[in-house]
Amino acid sequence: MEADNTALSLIQLGAVFFSLGVLGRLAQRVGMSPIPLYLLGGLAFGNGGVIELGNIEEFTHLAAEIGVVLLLLMLGLEYTATELFTGLQRSWLAGLVDIVLNATPGAALALLLGWGPTAAFVMGGITYISSSGIIAKILNDLGRTGNRETPVVLSILVFEDLVMAAYLPTLTAVLGGISLLAGLRAVGISLFVVTVVLVVAMRYGRYVSAVLFSEDREIFLLKLLGSALLVAGVAAAMQVSAAVGAFLLGIAIAGPAARSATRVLEPLRDLFAAIFFVVFGLNTDPRDIPPVLAFAVVLAVVTTITKVATGWWAARRQGIGPLGRARAGASLIARGEFSIIIAGLAVSAGAVEARLAALATTYVLIMAALGPIAARVVEPAVRAIRGTPAPKPAQ
Amino acid sequence: MPLTAPARTRHLSYGGRVNVEVTPLPGIGVRKDFALRTGQRIGVINHRDGAIELIISRADDPDACVASIPLTVDESATLGNLLGAPQLVAQLTEEHKDLPGIQTKQLPIEDNSPYDGRTLGDTQMRTRTSVSVVAVMRAGQVHPSPGPDYTFTSGDLLVAVGTSEGLGAAAKVLKNG
Repeated sequence: MEADNTALSLIQLGAVFFSLGVLGRLAQRVGMSPIPLYLLGGLAFGNGGVIELGNIEEFTHLAAEIGVVLLLLMLGLEYTATELFTGLQRSWLAGLVDIVLNATPGAALALLLGWGPTAAFVMGGITYISSSGIIAKILNDLGRTGNRETPVVLSILVFEDLVMAAYLPTLTAVLGGISLLAGLRAVGISLFVVTVVLVVAMRYGRYVSAVLFSEDREIFLLKLLGSALLVAGVAAAMQVSAAVGAFLLGIAIAGPAARSATRVLEPLRDLFAAIFFVVFGLNTDPRDIPPVLAFAVVLAVVTTITKVATGWWAARRQGIGPLGRARAGASLIARGEFSIIIAGLAVSAGAVEARLAALATTYVLIMAALGPIAARVVEPAVRAIRGTPAPKPAQ
Repeated sequence: MPLTAPARTRHLSYGGRVNVEVTPLPGIGVRKDFALRTGQRIGVINHRDGAIELIISRADDPDACVASIPLTVDESATLGNLLGAPQLVAQLTEEHKDLPGIQTKQLPIEDNSPYDGRTLGDTQMRTRTSVSVVAVMRAGQVHPSPGPDYTFTSGDLLVAVGTSEGLGAAAKVLKNG
């Protein structure tokens, strides 16, 4: 019965969105990121969860892919190519320290558990990458935009996002399980494409913006979404990863076009990204979580320390005081959308342990919830340890 | 490459007295600030979407901000006038101190002024009061030696030079027509 099926799908989809809205409101109340709650929502709906949803799988699968494309497109829109290049020049050393300190724990755990080198590469990426989305919100909510340590935090995030542009195509190649030589060639091609696109974006970005831009919201939205999906699709076909294609397109769009693109796409991004987190939760069996819970907690503790160390070290190099160093470190703790994107790629390729999905979900649940809290409490905590009184509130 | 502060930031110098640090904030905009004698920092963040934020750092922790205040275009222009005009008046007073009887004063064009939207020529200021308008402060910027066709808008601050009676009369002209 086609009509009955459609009705059931609509009801299921409606129920999912409505409960996500309720969860989002709850997150807002307690001042946390909605990402962990979306993941929990996905766990509850999915396989082995409280309610099983079968009918909307096809739709949610595609919607989740669009969610990834929009997440990366919007990230690219935030930066101009010039900002990325100067960011790279300024923060490469801090960026390297960040990679070594934060990718190692994840990779080491995967190897210790005997999951093999591919899973180690995946887990390294998951523990390395901070959540630009959550951190941007933290800096804004806590009024830290004008702080002196904020440029340090931002340039580390810029570096991480650039690393993703190289990491995701490499990951796609590694997960494809192709031979070492073919793999190296795929990685070489994708890095070449990424570099060429960045240079073109820097020189000729205004033409891309001019072609896409339109005063009319509707036309602009259609052209923007169309080009994003086209570029993402072509990139995926070339093994460069759809997400990176969208990221590069976002970088190429600059100026007023980028600003109105952000406004136009924001609600869509929120919708599809929410589906993306739910789908990842759906694909994780909650029964897999208890066995990996202890590992996730250990990983969370270790990578919290390593991220704080990264931020502390980078801020100290810029002559920032101890309180500012602690703030920089704590701001960087949150992991979120990227870790899930990486885990999602790995799981859908089927090239890694099934338990990796459960571990990644649990880890991101902890880190996405912990990040904003840590950023909030770090200052009173450091003041208490150092024995300095809290400042009087502004009159 | 060393990662010292000068490599990341540009310094702008105003009159050789204050060094303004210009720091890019990727994804947000640009921060421009400078250190006060007290050690506190004060400055603005120019957001990429055109918004302006006034920032003032804490006294005990100059890395952090005690206040970040979003300002509209009108608000920041007014603040610029308030801070800049006395400075200009003080400078002119200093220059005229050898001429007894000559004073410098700032005169506002208020919202209900009859000259809001009319020109300096319309006021017939020199004929009626012998006062010269030497500059107009608008949106934090100095417009020196305005001509007779210079059109006022409310919020302008006129810097006027004349005798104290003349200046009193000029204030009445701007208020009552």
